[in-house]
Amino acid sequence: MLAYILRRVFYAVPILIGVNLITFFLFFVVNSPDDMARMHLGMKRVTPEAVDKWKQERGYDKPLLLNRAEDGARSVTNTIFFEKSVSLFAFRFGSSDAGRDIGYDISQRMWPSLAIAIPVFIVGILVNITFALLIAFFRATYIDYWGVFLCVVLMSISSLFYIIGGQYLVGKLLHLVPISGYDDGFDAVSFVILPVIVGIIGGIGAGTRWYRTIFLEEIGRDYVRTARAKGLSEPQVMFGHVLRNALIPIMTGAVAILPLLFMGSLILESFFGIPGLGSYTIDAISSQDFAIVRAMVFLGSALYIVGLILTDISYTLVDPRIRLA
Amino acid sequence: MGKSNACRTALAFLVAVSLGACGDRPWNNPYPASDDHRNILYSSFSEKPKHLDPAQSYSSNEVVFTGQIYEPPLQYDYLKRPYELVPLTAVALPQPVFVDRNGQTLPDDAAPDQIAFSIYDIRIRAGVRYQPHPALATDARGGFLYHALSADAVAKIRTLRDFAQTGSRELVAADYVYQIKRLAHPKLQSPIFGLMTEYIVGLKEYGETLAAAKAQGDREFLDLAEYPLEGAQVVDRYTYRLKVRGKYPQMLYWLAMPFFAPVPPEADRFYAQPGFAEKNLSLDWWPVGTGPYMLVENNPNRQMVMDRNPNFHGEVYPAAGEAGDAAAGLLADAGKPLPFIERVVFSLEKESIPYWNKFQQGYYDSSGISSDSFDQAIRFGAGGEATLTDEMQSKGMRLQTAVGASTYYFGFNMLDPVVGGDSERARKLRQAVSIALDYEEYISIFLNGRGIPAQGPIPPGIFGYVDSATGINPFVYDWVGNAPQRKALEIARRLLAEAGYPDGRDAATGNALVLHYDVPASSGPDDKARLDWMRKQFRKLNIELDIRNTDYNRFQDKMRTGAAQLFQWGWNADYPDPENFLFLLYGPNGKVRHNGENAANYASAEFDRLFERMKNMENGPERQRVIDDMMAIARRDAPWIWGFHPKQFGLYHTWYYNTKPNLMANNALKFTRIDPVQRAEKRTEWNKPVVWPVILVVALLVVGTLPAIRVYRRRQQAAATA
Repeated sequence: MLAYILRRVFYAVPILIGVNLITFFLFFVVNSPDDMARMHLGMKRVTPEAVDKWKQERGYDKPLLLNRAEDGARSVTNTIFFEKSVSLFAFRFGSSDAGRDIGYDISQRMWPSLAIAIPVFIVGILVNITFALLIAFFRATYIDYWGVFLCVVLMSISSLFYIIGGQYLVGKLLHLVPISGYDDGFDAVSFVILPVIVGIIGGIGAGTRWYRTIFLEEIGRDYVRTARAKGLSEPQVMFGHVLRNALIPIMTGAVAILPLLFMGSLILESFFGIPGLGSYTIDAISSQDFAIVRAMVFLGSALYIVGLILTDISYTLVDPRIRLA
Repeated sequence: MGKSNACRTALAFLVAVSLGACGDRPWNNPYPASDDHRNILYSSFSEKPKHLDPAQSYSSNEVVFTGQIYEPPLQYDYLKRPYELVPLTAVALPQPVFVDRNGQTLPDDAAPDQIAFSIYDIRIRAGVRYQPHPALATDARGGFLYHALSADAVAKIRTLRDFAQTGSRELVAADYVYQIKRLAHPKLQSPIFGLMTEYIVGLKEYGETLAAAKAQGDREFLDLAEYPLEGAQVVDRYTYRLKVRGKYPQMLYWLAMPFFAPVPPEADRFYAQPGFAEKNLSLDWWPVGTGPYMLVENNPNRQMVMDRNPNFHGEVYPAAGEAGDAAAGLLADAGKPLPFIERVVFSLEKESIPYWNKFQQGYYDSSGISSDSFDQAIRFGAGGEATLTDEMQSKGMRLQTAVGASTYYFGFNMLDPVVGGDSERARKLRQAVSIALDYEEYISIFLNGRGIPAQGPIPPGIFGYVDSATGINPFVYDWVGNAPQRKALEIARRLLAEAGYPDGRDAATGNALVLHYDVPASSGPDDKARLDWMRKQFRKLNIELDIRNTDYNRFQDKMRTGAAQLFQWGWNADYPDPENFLFLLYGPNGKVRHNGENAANYASAEFDRLFERMKNMENGPERQRVIDDMMAIARRDAPWIWGFHPKQFGLYHTWYYNTKPNLMANNALKFTRIDPVQRAEKRTEWNKPVVWPVILVVALLVVGTLPAIRVYRRRQQAAATA
C-alpha cells in the first residue's frame, strides 16, 4: 500500500503544476499586473508611477512566463510564474498582494470553517443515511412516495432560501440564536447551531435520494435474498447487510470531500458572518489578489488529491477483497 | 453507571439549559454577557480595510478607523454648517504667508500669479501623547525595549498583545514632518503623492532620493531623518513649516485628513524588524496615533475593536453649533470630555439582511437602509417627505437624512467623434440626450427616492451650489412654480434634429443613430432593469443604445485610452470646496491625455481659465460669480448629464445621541454617546425567546413517525403469519 500511496503522491506533482499553470493563465487573462495594481491602490488619484512602484515592490514587473531579456534558466526562473509558484510546493504561501500573511490567515480561518463543516458533514451523512434507509425500508409504500416527493421539494429550494428563511424564523422571529456572528471557543456554539441546521436541512433532499438509490440497488442483490431466506428480520437485513455493502459508494462520495471540508462554504459563511475560508478565495478574486488565489487553488487541489487517496485507502477498510498495489 | 445514571445526567443537563434559558438575557444576543451594560458602540464593516497606514489609507471604509486613531492638525467643526475647519492638535488655524520668487513677503491679497510660495507655520499643542504602544516602550535608561529583537524573541510573538510593555511619548512637530516625508516613501505608494508633488516644495525630488537610497542599500528601514525635505521642516519642538508652491488654499483641507497625521518614527523602526511583516506586524495593520481611540483587535475576518485611548488629550464636546442644534439636544453635552464611548466593536457583516435584522433587534446601534429593507423602514408622505414606518417608530428609532458630498453622472467622452468635441452638432446631441435621460425617474425607481437630480457637479452644502431658479441647468430644466421641471421631450427631439439626427437618424446617411454605453459588468439584482431603463430613455429619441458590458479592468482600460463613448462615473468629495468638483472638468486634468480625474476629457479654454482663477479665491460673492460663469459654460457644453447627488438615510436607536450628519468629518465617533442601560433593557424586551414552535415541530415529528411504526408492525405481523 505504501508503494501505491507514494506513486499517487508522485503523480500529484504534475497535476499540481498543471493546476497552477491553468490558474495562472486564467487569472492573468482577466487581470494584468497593471489592473491588480490599480485595484490595490484604489480608485482615486492613481498615477502610472504609483502603479509601476506597486508592481516593482511585489515582483509583478517581470514577464509572466518567459523572460526574453535573460539567458538560460533565468529566462524561465526570472518570471512571475516561477517566482510565485515554486514556494507553493513547500506549502509556503508567502504574503498576499495586500501584504497579509496568507499562511496565518488560513490557519485562523480554517477553524471556523471546520466548526461548521464537520458537524454538517457528520450529522448530515447520518441523517441522510437514516432517512434513506427508512425510505428504502418502507419502499413502495406511501412513506416512500411522500419521502421522495419531499426530497425533490427540498432539492428544488435554493440554499439561499434556507439561509434567509432560517435566519428569519429562528433568529428574528423566535429569537433563539444569534442571526449571525462568531466567537471563539465554547461561545461559538450558539453561532454555529443555526448554520449547521441550515446546512444539514439544505443537504437532506439530494443526500437522501442519493443514498436511497444506493440502498435500493443493494436490496435487489442476491445476498439480500439469501439473508431473507435465512429468516433474518428486515432491520437485520437493512442494517447488517445492505448498509454495510453500500458503504463503498458512500465512501466514494464522502471521503473524497473530507479534506475539502476546511475550505468552507461560501454562502453559509458569508450570510452567517462566519470568518472561515469559504469567502477567502472569492474575496481574493474580487480584489484581484493573485497571491491568495493561487495559494487557495493550490491548497484545494492538493487536498482533493489527498481526498482521493484516502478514498482508495478506505475501500480496503470496508471491502477486504480490495488490495492496493 | 447504568441507563438510569445516563438519564439523570441528561435530565440535569436539560434542567441546566432550561434554567439558563430562564434568565433575562436574550438567547440571540451575539455579544458576551459581560459586555451587556458596558458603554460599547456596535457597528459593522463589510469589507476588510486594505490600509490603516495614514500615508496609504484613502477609502471610506478605512477612514472609519484611521479617522479615530490619527490626529491631523485640523478637523471639521462637528456641528457648524457650512463646514468649517477648526484646530485639532494645532493651536490655531495656520495662516499662510505668501512670498515671491525672491523670497520677499507679499501682502495677503497679492495676486496669485505673484505668489511663488505659501508658507504655513503650524504650531501644535504641547502635552498631546501617543496611545500606549510597544514601539514606544523604553527601559529605565530610555532605550527602546523592542527595537532590536532577536529572531527567537520575534518567533514567540504573534500580535501586539504579546509585548508585555507599552510606552508613550509626547507628540512633537517632527512627527508631522516625518509623516509628510513618508508620503514619498517608495515602499508606501501613497495615493496623494502625485498630487502633493505639485504643491509641497521638493517632494518629487525627495521621492527620487528615497527611491535611489532604497535601491542602493538593502536596508528594510530607511531613516527619513537622514534626508531633509525643503517643503516640510521642523521649526521648533511644537512648530513645523510647510512650504507650498503658489497659492493653494485647499491645502488646509488636506491638513484635516489622516495623510497629514503624525507618525512617530519609532513605529516605523519597530515594525521594520525582520520577521514582523510576516506576522502582520506593521503600521498598516496596527496603527499608532494620538486620537481618541486605539485599535486593540484587528481581525478583519471577524471583528475589529477600538478602545478609548487612555492618553487622549482633553478635548471637549463643542459648545456652539448652528441654529436648531440646541433644540435638537445636540448641545446637551457641551463642554464634556471626549470621547463618550469606551469601546467600539466593528463586526464583519458581508450581507445586508443579517445586518438589518440585528439592527432591528438592537444589536447594532445605527444602520443605513438598503434597498431590500427600504419599504420596511421608510414611507413617503403626501408631500414626498420621508418618514419612518409605524414599526420603526414604535421602537423609537430616529431617521436622519443628508445629501452626500458626492455626484454620480453620465459622461460623454469628449474625444469621441460622435458625441464629443466642441461642434454645435455634438453639443446639441448631448443636450438632447440630457433632457431625455430622466433622472427624476431613475432616482424614484432605483434609489427609492434617495437622491436629488443634479444641476451641475457641485452638490448641496458645498460653496457654489445655488438652490434657486438661477441655480438650475437651463438647458434641461425650466423653473416652474417653485421647483425645476424637466423640459419636454419635444425640445429634445428638436435639438436632436438640429444636431443632424431627425427622429434618431443621421440626416446625411439615413442610418439610425447608435450610441455605445460602456458599463462594467456586475451581478447586482437591479442591473438588468437599470440597463433596460437606460435603453428606454434613449429610445424616447429613437436612438439605439448599444450596451457594451465589459469586465471592470477592460472598462478602466477603455476609460484610460478614450475608447468608451458613454459611461457612468461618480466622485466623492475629498473636501468641501467647489474646486474639488470643478477640477473634474478641468482640461489639464483629462484622463486620456493627462491621466487625471476628468473622465469625460472635457476641455474648454474659457472654463479652464475661470477654474484657474476660482481655485485660489476665498469664498464670497466674487468667487460665486466665477463659479456661475463656469457652470454656464459646462451646462451649455454638457460633457456630463449631471445625474444626481445621493441622499444618505441613517437610522438610529433611541439610545444613540449626538447624531448630526457630518459628511466631511471622519473623526465623528468621539462625539457619539449611547445609553447602554436603556439598550440592554430594549434588547431584552425585543428579543424574548419563543420556544413553543420548536416543541410543536418535535411533537409533529414524533406524531409523524406513528404511521411508519404502524406499517412496520403490520409487516412484521404479516411475516409472522405467512
